Amino acid sequence: MDSNLKRSIIIDNYQNPVNRKREDNNDKYEKINTRNVSCIDNLDLYINLKDGIISDITFEGEACVISIASTSILINKLIGKSINVALEIIDNYLKMINEEEYDETLISDLVVFDDVSKQPSRIKCATLTANGIKKYLMENK
Amino acid sequence: MNREDFDILKTNIIYFDNGATSFKPNIVKEKIMEYYSLYTANAHRGDYKNSMIVDQKYEETRRKVKEFINAREDSEIVFTSGTTEGLNMIVFGYFKNVLKKGDEVLLTESEHASNILPWFVLAKELGIVIRYIPLNENNEVTIEAVKNSITPKTKVISLAHITNVVGDLRPIKEIAEIAHDNGILVVLDAAQSIAHKKIDVRDLDVDFMAFSGHKMYGPTGIGVLYAKFSLLDKLKPLYYGGGMNAIFTKDGYIELREIPTRLEAGTTNIEGIIGLGACIDYLNMIGMDNISKYEHELREYLIDKLKKLDFIEIYNENNKGAIVAFNIKGVFAQDTAVYLDKYNICIRAGNHCAKILNNVFNVNNTCRISLSFYNTKEEVDLLINVLKNSRNIYNEIL
Repeated sequence: MDSNLKRSIIIDNYQNPVNRKREDNNDKYEKINTRNVSCIDNLDLYINLKDGIISDITFEGEACVISIASTSILINKLIGKSINVALEIIDNYLKMINEEEYDETLISDLVVFDDVSKQPSRIKCATLTANGIKKYLMENK
Repeated sequence: MNREDFDILKTNIIYFDNGATSFKPNIVKEKIMEYYSLYTANAHRGDYKNSMIVDQKYEETRRKVKEFINAREDSEIVFTSGTTEGLNMIVFGYFKNVLKKGDEVLLTESEHASNILPWFVLAKELGIVIRYIPLNENNEVTIEAVKNSITPKTKVISLAHITNVVGDLRPIKEIAEIAHDNGILVVLDAAQSIAHKKIDVRDLDVDFMAFSGHKMYGPTGIGVLYAKFSLLDKLKPLYYGGGMNAIFTKDGYIELREIPTRLEAGTTNIEGIIGLGACIDYLNMIGMDNISKYEHELREYLIDKLKKLDFIEIYNENNKGAIVAFNIKGVFAQDTAVYLDKYNICIRAGNHCAKILNNVFNVNNTCRISLSFYNTKEEVDLLINVLKNSRNIYNEIL
């Protein structure tokens, strides 16, 4: 993908993120926090898992452009997927960030972050939400 | 000023993160190298020449520290690994043995983790109570607030001299006077002040103090614990082993050495101590008052320039330390730091180890510039130019 296009997708998702709202008083959602010790990003994720399907994810919090944009694109991609499909998407995304072989067709828009590995300090930002959701899905499999 | 003393500055780096650690002047590196290339030996051990040179340099540094902070005795100076170890020794070596359930410790919400977490742990162990002196609208500690926070149960006030986020200078001398009138001991965390202003422990009349070498142009892994002799003499070692014992027998009898030796168990950081001695000589040569004056002027210059940028929010304009906390409006602090790094400008983004200070500036994360005497107006001008061109920040950092 052309780097200008990648950039504009990231900026657009940062400025107009998908589902950026709290669901604190909705008992269908479970809240997880992605706070990471080596990073100042701090996002709350609200996950609505029903019969093994992710029926919704929302988020709120304070974080950098990479963190917010990757959260926006990722949750948009995961909503409506089964736990296993979601885990497959996340794993392929993490492989891309770690510069391993991955299936591009599975992660589509998330390829905009394929340069992140060149900025080591940003890897945590790009994987914060993915790792948080992965941990939650593994525990609720 | 004195930029030629720092080889690393030839790399054209603009280093504004001196609150985290400072660069080391060449003389510090040379003195450390001399220890390894000319006279390596352990301290307090051998009867050969090199060992005696080490002993001499070791105790010479203790005297230099004593004079640097105007302590009464050499024996009031203990070498540690840094401020964190010093504060932990104060809390667990001294206060753990004298405080009782219900006794109160006064801190503030802007303390560094190292001056909070040991107290939290002690509070759980002993049932002492931690209370916070309220900060004023500039996040400063006022004498009035200290007076109002003291109760008959208050036994310790433990404060940073200059805080690492806000950069406010606390009126320690006045606080110590009030504290002592009420039978309260004062612990000073001097990590952020030791490199920036002259500290006189007798004038301030603090009971305990800790600081690090690496924030004052010295090596990492070396620091100093100061305490008044009578208090230090009651501080129980946290480590037992070589160098600190006088006699021990197989039935478990131990007799310890005098202070400060009994608080320096094992082989200490000898290269660090030698480096610390060199950096104190270096700072004395420049003069702490010259450093304070220069950094103050540079901060005024920086504040003045930043204020002219309407897209910059400054959070601590009126504080006196060498620290400026700011954000580009609407930009997350880390993104600003990554952007400035593109131009070789190093600043810190985050909450700066003061996690309970959340929302003190009504934001969780800020960019922090912490100045040194080797920073210049030209560097500030470059920073301002880069900030002025930050309109397309995301295009540059993505």
